[in-house]
Amino acid sequence: MTDFTSISLSGKKVDVSRKEMTLSEQLYLPGIIKGMGITMKHFFSRKKTIQYPEQKREFSPVYRGRHVLMRDENGAERCTACGLCALACPAEAITMKAAEREKGEEHLYREEKYASTYEINMLRCIFCGLCEEACPKEAIFLTEELVNPEYTREGFIYGKDKLVMNQQQQVL
Amino acid sequence: METALIIKLVLILVIFGITMFIALYSTFAERIIAAYFQDRVGPNRAGPLGLLQPLADGVKMFTKEDFIPNTPNKWLFIVGPGIAMSTALMTSAVIPWGKSLDLFGLHIDLQVADVNIAMLYVFGVVSIGVYGIMIGGWASNNKYSLLGAVRASSQMISYEVAMGLSIIAVLMLVGSLSLRDIAEKQSNFIDWTGKFPYFSWIVFKQPLAFLVFLICSFAETNRTPFDLPECEAELIGGYHTEYSSMKLGFFLFAEYVNMFISSTIIATLFFGGYNYPFYDTVATAAGLNAAAILGVVVLFAKIFFFIFFFMWVRWTLPRFRYDQLMNLGWKILIPLSILNIIITGVVILLTN
Repeated sequence: MTDFTSISLSGKKVDVSRKEMTLSEQLYLPGIIKGMGITMKHFFSRKKTIQYPEQKREFSPVYRGRHVLMRDENGAERCTACGLCALACPAEAITMKAAEREKGEEHLYREEKYASTYEINMLRCIFCGLCEEACPKEAIFLTEELVNPEYTREGFIYGKDKLVMNQQQQVL
Repeated sequence: METALIIKLVLILVIFGITMFIALYSTFAERIIAAYFQDRVGPNRAGPLGLLQPLADGVKMFTKEDFIPNTPNKWLFIVGPGIAMSTALMTSAVIPWGKSLDLFGLHIDLQVADVNIAMLYVFGVVSIGVYGIMIGGWASNNKYSLLGAVRASSQMISYEVAMGLSIIAVLMLVGSLSLRDIAEKQSNFIDWTGKFPYFSWIVFKQPLAFLVFLICSFAETNRTPFDLPECEAELIGGYHTEYSSMKLGFFLFAEYVNMFISSTIIATLFFGGYNYPFYDTVATAAGLNAAAILGVVVLFAKIFFFIFFFMWVRWTLPRFRYDQLMNLGWKILIPLSILNIIITGVVILLTN
């Protein structure tokens, strides 16, 4: 028969101490004074609060925030609606509809095919960055911006109006 | 006669105002101090340094829906917080805030009523305080509120015994129940009148009584480590679960008023009240009025220290279990204070 009380699977088992309390421990007062000393030390320690709107925590250089759909240097959308990002997405957050470029739209879309709708559900998205990796046209990137709070679930389904970068924005 | 009445009225209003103001800002201080103990900074957005936070809290409390549950005791439900608040405020009447002032040919005692049974009065009023909680919890018509109220009243009644017994040793030493006499007995800091000089503050003569009284006042004000009546985890909100709006505000506010008053009583009974070292020297050098005003300032400094101490303990110690609470009260504090009475009696007999 194995003595199961002596088994320690994690190797971190510590037996509960059942030794008698000494008089000073029974009085509790030395312990209380020690504890109050510890809290007093914290009272004068440096505060860890970041005053949010004025101060912001630095993001790491590889931080993955909300997405942006890029334009090229002429201001035309790079996305060709190939659907590789949607295929790569483990959370199935991306949907899109492809359309053919008409004549006279060359300044809007870089290639003959483009995404007429492109939606990312930010509640489904897990910000893994696989869409960014899958994209052959360098059209989708994850930025350092955060997803804003919304009042409704529908508000979190970002369409092209929110995803495509502004004309003025700098091309990466 | 009429001027005396007006002076007393003004004094009552001033003390009421100061009590409310300090209680108001204690809520703010509690949050700031709690934050500092936890390496945070606390509320600092409302007004400069967050100083308008209590006002914002008050406005919030007032504008919330005032809900009365479906209870057969609607009147008692309303009266509960009222009793809690008024008993909390009543105690300040007998506290000597300083020696007398002589202004514009008037003699102003900085005390509303110099009753010769002041300590008895304090205990009487504190005992009524249980009714506020008990009535509020009972009238809520809710199991958890009732449990919280029963806990609160049994806790307060148990600790009142130890509190009263611990005070008896002090009263034997002073020979009077009047808080004015007790404060006068501790004049200056070092007593030169006896055979050999000794610290005159009672805490140096009665450290055990002070310790017992301090622990009991934590229990009486329902603060951690004895805040079982309102422990959130077990009883939701304790006796004030069903309360909302300013009725809840009154219950919460009464706790802070109680804290202020018990700090005052601790300071007066054990730490010399308005007395400070070299009081007589200051009085001869700068005049009696200046010395008295400095005395009031010193008393408030002592009070603020004890309010801080209350908060310090709150954010250090965990809550007691109920049987531990009762064990501490009945099996440790009461025997200790009785022992203290016997020792004090023997010493008084031997020295006389």
